[in-house]
Amino acid sequence: MVNVGIIGLGKMGLSHFSIINAHDDVKVVGVCDSSGYILDVLGKYTGVNTYTDASAMLDAVDVEAVVISTPSKFHASMVRDCLDRGIHVFCEKPFCLDPADSIALAELASAKRLVTQVGYHNRHVSTFAEAKRLLDLEALGRVTHVLGEAYGPVVLKPKGSTWRSKKDEGGGALYDYAAHPADLMTWYFGRPKSVSGTVLGKVLSSETEDEVFTTVMWPDGMSGQLSVNWSDESERKMTTRVSVWGTNGKMVVDRQEIRVYLRAASQPTVGYGKGWTVRYTTELTSEVDFYVRGEEYSAQLDTWIKRVRQHAVQGTADFAQASITDELLHAIVHSADGGIRSLNEDVDKTKQSRSEYSTSLWNWLKARRRERASRVA
Amino acid sequence: MNRLLFGDNQFFGVNHMSEEKARAQAMRFQSVDAIMTVLDDAYDAGVTTFMCTTHDRIAEVAERVRTNQKRYESQNFFPCMPYAHKYSNAMADAGIFGAIKQFLPDEGFLDAAMRGGRSFATKDIEGIITLLIDAEMKMFAGLETPVIFLQNVVVDFLLGMGFNDAFEIFARHVTGKYGVEPGFITMNMPRLLDALDSVGIVNPIVCSNINKLGFRMAGGIESYMDALNNREFRAVAMSVFASGAIRPDEAIDWVASLPNIQSMVFGASSRTHIESTVELVEKYWPAR
Repeated sequence: MVNVGIIGLGKMGLSHFSIINAHDDVKVVGVCDSSGYILDVLGKYTGVNTYTDASAMLDAVDVEAVVISTPSKFHASMVRDCLDRGIHVFCEKPFCLDPADSIALAELASAKRLVTQVGYHNRHVSTFAEAKRLLDLEALGRVTHVLGEAYGPVVLKPKGSTWRSKKDEGGGALYDYAAHPADLMTWYFGRPKSVSGTVLGKVLSSETEDEVFTTVMWPDGMSGQLSVNWSDESERKMTTRVSVWGTNGKMVVDRQEIRVYLRAASQPTVGYGKGWTVRYTTELTSEVDFYVRGEEYSAQLDTWIKRVRQHAVQGTADFAQASITDELLHAIVHSADGGIRSLNEDVDKTKQSRSEYSTSLWNWLKARRRERASRVA
Repeated sequence: MNRLLFGDNQFFGVNHMSEEKARAQAMRFQSVDAIMTVLDDAYDAGVTTFMCTTHDRIAEVAERVRTNQKRYESQNFFPCMPYAHKYSNAMADAGIFGAIKQFLPDEGFLDAAMRGGRSFATKDIEGIITLLIDAEMKMFAGLETPVIFLQNVVVDFLLGMGFNDAFEIFARHVTGKYGVEPGFITMNMPRLLDALDSVGIVNPIVCSNINKLGFRMAGGIESYMDALNNREFRAVAMSVFASGAIRPDEAIDWVASLPNIQSMVFGASSRTHIESTVELVEKYWPAR
């Protein structure tokens, strides 16, 4: 049994609470939020222990692992407090707004052998995972280009009232929407080299961007584009899609299907022949023990709990991997003038100012880049 | 309950297998006329129960039926509430209470409850739940709604948190105010049966995925078979074809062989498809 605390009970926090509370290997020992109303209702009707202050909760009950779903600007300090106390952390996406924090916290978690994960749930969608499997097998040959897209109906009128509409709190279509295809791109292809031609466009919001377009380059010359709009009412709900072109064909993946076109049949083990192969979520998805709003939300928490029980410090979307996505998002923010922004600029500065904890992660990143370069070559 | 219930996913761009197919359907059913044509086909094939979400556009369908009572004499509705995406999108924009406020007919109620001090009284929660139900039911005024369902996203969200009292409040209001039966849609059927038991809801109507593939039957197909064989409840099967992954005759033959299933929900966009489903049910699953 893992004793879990929940910090933040907004839309994602409540969803995580419901899913993890139903998990057979978890006991939720406390929930924490700044809204007395939510706590009041939960305390009264579910019997869970409630707190208005995270430190008070961590002092009062024996918490082994926390789920943090506060507004993004609070992630870094909350995560640090939990790691300092030796607590495993699941943190909502994006991980940290400043990649220097992301890298430092990844290093701290690694040094303390704590199990971390960031809520990039698309990595647990069966079709996106199948795409990862095919790409790792190099079924498309040498990949030349990736297009990551996300469209959906979030901001449909001029004024929003929550932190999601405030730029400095981690609101906006970049952190809320673009983070998902951006994370799939770094998961599939590793750490990019630079971004350029960025457009952060407004459709209806006054303070934040509603559109994100940018060009991403990887060290080996592979290119990518990101195209995101969260004021698109034609979509019933968020639609995330990744298209990949390579020397041996292409694939188009969304949360329900993967369509692959191969010029030549892949190795027999891959299971995809010459021409088109389409596979659906109905055949690819594994059943979960408890379902609320998509298998991926249950699967990501189940994966993290299993890793906590096995002390598996490294895993998908752990802090080290999520830091790469944070670096990419940060570079996009700082290239809104359309110019070229190298991801190294951020990390080099980080290295100078925080040399005490970034060395080993830096080496890991370099090794990863070398590995990727040799794989493609 | 009729053996066959007509669902509405196809009208609103919901398809569990393909986003492209869903989009094509959403385009085709933009006009209420297009929806009514298919509903008429279902009605004429003897499928007279429409199990539908409380989507804004269903209000237009309800209005058509209301103004043409003669044509739709036997038509009845199983409303499924709420249409969750409208709440979910509003929550990201306005927070949980902001979202609830948007959909309450009388915004003053929530303000009054929140002003009343830090503490929510039980009657406040009951008040909010019952006001939300009434708001969603408005579009069905004057129509037959023998069963009112709570949607799976809400049921399973409450179930996970252990907020079982909400099921009892829902059931009590549906029975008390509307004089009809409450129903519950879930992706976690065996676990929900325990929760409904715990708040004293006897022989409930529970709608869940039941298909040969075990698609979206959380907790595993064996636990579902065990519940169908051993629990007292009225099961409604949905996703019988697993969004097209199972052949229709095979899917229906399999469901017909299970105990305790009262009805199955299916969606279709053409007369041929509706009629062939009716024929398959007559062949494999004749009324007892």
